[in-house]
Amino acid sequence: MKELSLNILDIAQNSVTARSTLIRIDLEETNETLRITVSDNGCGMSKEMVENVTSPFTTSRTTRKVGLGIPLFMMAAEQTGGNLTITSKSEKDYPDDHGTVTSALFYKNHLDFTPLGDIINTIVTLIQGMGEIDLIFTHKSDTLDVLLDTREIRETLGGDIPLSVPDVLVWITEFLKEKYNIS
Amino acid sequence: MKSLAELSAIRDKMKDKVSLREGSNETRIVVGMATCGIAAGARPVLNAFVEAVAKEGLSDTVTVLQTGCIGICQYEPVVEVYKAGEEKVTYVHMSEDKVQKVIEQHIKGGKPVAEYTMK
Repeated sequence: MKELSLNILDIAQNSVTARSTLIRIDLEETNETLRITVSDNGCGMSKEMVENVTSPFTTSRTTRKVGLGIPLFMMAAEQTGGNLTITSKSEKDYPDDHGTVTSALFYKNHLDFTPLGDIINTIVTLIQGMGEIDLIFTHKSDTLDVLLDTREIRETLGGDIPLSVPDVLVWITEFLKEKYNIS
Repeated sequence: MKSLAELSAIRDKMKDKVSLREGSNETRIVVGMATCGIAAGARPVLNAFVEAVAKEGLSDTVTVLQTGCIGICQYEPVVEVYKAGEEKVTYVHMSEDKVQKVIEQHIKGGKPVAEYTMK
């Protein structure tokens, strides 16, 4: 992947597949580090699945027996000296409090750090494809304090208009650009 | 400042349109957005379709959707076009600059772009 934001898009699709109703994407930056955390309230994974999920030969898809989403994300983190952790509570064991948290730490000054890339485009793409699911996105650093909560947007739009309407996506793009001070 | 008032305006504008519900549209453009598709460049392709459909005013009849891996990762980015009553057309190795031609010739003109399909 050429951008970490593409990894984020890919990892967040797992939360969509896990039938989540709310996904959180949190980016926290210091001078040296970037932490990317994707959390959801989806069906979660069994202990066994969590243990094996970083292997390329573990996948939930049915078209073939390899899954590269998490291994690629982990590689991107580890090649900077960082790491990736996954914790999960399965719906079966935790009926009232289930979901998965995937968190990756990157060292930004490392030669092999992949740039974050077009995060706005990624968030908008995700919203375009996630139907009824809600998203909370935050990006915090010394100079940034970005917060997007699609539940607020939905409330203003009323129940009948999906977030995937082009006009709404344009609004979200402009909103995020403003938060990032891009004109 | 982007305000929620602008969203209210969008809501009022959209209220009268009945075709917002997914699946009620005649044409579906489906972009593969699994790991393989994303890595091959599906995100800009998807966005180009979304923008083109909005710009050409096709939103009433055309829906752009995302899907997972359909099993031909080496041909990604893959885009499938479903038109009511017609056979599915599969475009392979798609890129942003191919999108406009698909919109013009196929989505609007009804003639699939043969050179972008699988050989």
